Amino acid sequence: MRIGVLALQGDFHEHIAVLRRLGVEAVEVRLPDQLETLAGIIIPGGESTTIGKLAVDFQLMEPLRQFGKQKAIWGTCAGAIFLSKDAHRQQPLLGLMDIKVERNAFGRQVESFEVDLDVPALKTVSPEDAPFHAVFIRAPLISSVGSSVDVLAKLENGKIVAAQQGKLLVTSFHPELTTDDRFHRYFLRLAGAKE
Amino acid sequence: MEKEVATFTVKKGLAQMLKGGVIMDVVTPEHARIAEDAGAVAVMALERVPADIRAHGGVARMSDPELILKIMDAVSIPVMAKCRIGHFVEAQILEAIGVDYIDESEVLTPADEAHHINKHLFKVPFVCGCRNLGEALRRIGEGAAMIRTKGEAGTGDVVEAVRHARAVLGEIRRLQTMAEEEVMSYAKEIGAPYELVMETRQLGRLPVVNFAAGGIATPADAALMMQLGVDGIFVGSGIFKSGDPARRAAAIVKATTHYNDPYILAEVSRNLGEPMVGRQISSIPEEELIASRGW
Repeated sequence: MRIGVLALQGDFHEHIAVLRRLGVEAVEVRLPDQLETLAGIIIPGGESTTIGKLAVDFQLMEPLRQFGKQKAIWGTCAGAIFLSKDAHRQQPLLGLMDIKVERNAFGRQVESFEVDLDVPALKTVSPEDAPFHAVFIRAPLISSVGSSVDVLAKLENGKIVAAQQGKLLVTSFHPELTTDDRFHRYFLRLAGAKE
Repeated sequence: MEKEVATFTVKKGLAQMLKGGVIMDVVTPEHARIAEDAGAVAVMALERVPADIRAHGGVARMSDPELILKIMDAVSIPVMAKCRIGHFVEAQILEAIGVDYIDESEVLTPADEAHHINKHLFKVPFVCGCRNLGEALRRIGEGAAMIRTKGEAGTGDVVEAVRHARAVLGEIRRLQTMAEEEVMSYAKEIGAPYELVMETRQLGRLPVVNFAAGGIATPADAALMMQLGVDGIFVGSGIFKSGDPARRAAAIVKATTHYNDPYILAEVSRNLGEPMVGRQISSIPEEELIASRGW
């Protein structure tokens, strides 16, 4: 199975390292023709304004929208913003997922944090019911979700930080910065992996 | 588990989010917006770009917090600011106003001729310059969560950035081929903490993100540094001292993403107008060089 990681900007190497540890063929995607033959694509953490601008400049917007209509896409942090339909600000968005996000919702960098999250959906990839250690960096919140979207994780105060709509997945935090690969395995299932 | 802030993971993590991107020096909110629109991943808020600091002479200090705050208001991307080497009170002030990263920078006049800031004591992360592996690992030992080459700021001459990147990356390659019993005396030789030397050897790279800085003025310069193996690019005077800053900024962003594609590099390098005039480093008297500041 070939999984792409959008490599316009951000921590794409970190995602590729996790995928390779899981035995998956992982490739960097910078141009539209590189989307062919992929079973899914990850949009990494980074700056959503930069990723959006480069996606427009290199004609990736429409190909990514078409890709997301059939195949799996996972956005982490900036990637989640890019998948949303509304970021309360003028910037290029794919608009594939029926979610609204609030950028830098926790404030500036000194407010970035780590916390354990309860993510019941991960039981489908791993029977252990351990919390998921989540790293939030200048993170966005998912401020509202449409009726076709399932909420996968919330903070203690009820704010949404992970959600899924069919084969589309978003997390406000960065599983690629930890050694826990359950979210990556969860995404590989969405992309059609057998086990 | 309780929420934990200011861990090394989140400090280093922000730098990981900047990888493959360009951080631009800006001196006004208007510059900051031009940089953001061009695709910068962050801006460095300053009163004067390094080329002007060189021309102006005198003591170069932290910028007015009022200016930094206005730049923070103007953009949604992270904002960095510089303090003098060893000036931990300037760093406290920058942390208090909420900048996202502090550059303890040789571009400003050093405040301490023997010591750098103890960066572990701060919630805000720090980036520091280096010329070689020993200097990089000393800064990480003091708590830096990101490293950049020093290059020679404000010159538009990339030669020193190349020298420093080759030094760091070459020393890491050498470290990896060394017998394990040789590592301790190597650590002593380069003046670096043994544990960080061992970690670097095992990772095959610095334990934190490593950008290039100091003299980058063209898309080709940015791609050169990326092909040498750095994680991203700082551009100081190279953008706003050029003829068409918006166009040049966007071109350097594209070149940093497509650093391995000469056809795209050729395309983005066309019609950029005048680059910054620049100053050949070999023509600068030694006492005017700033990369040697830092200990």
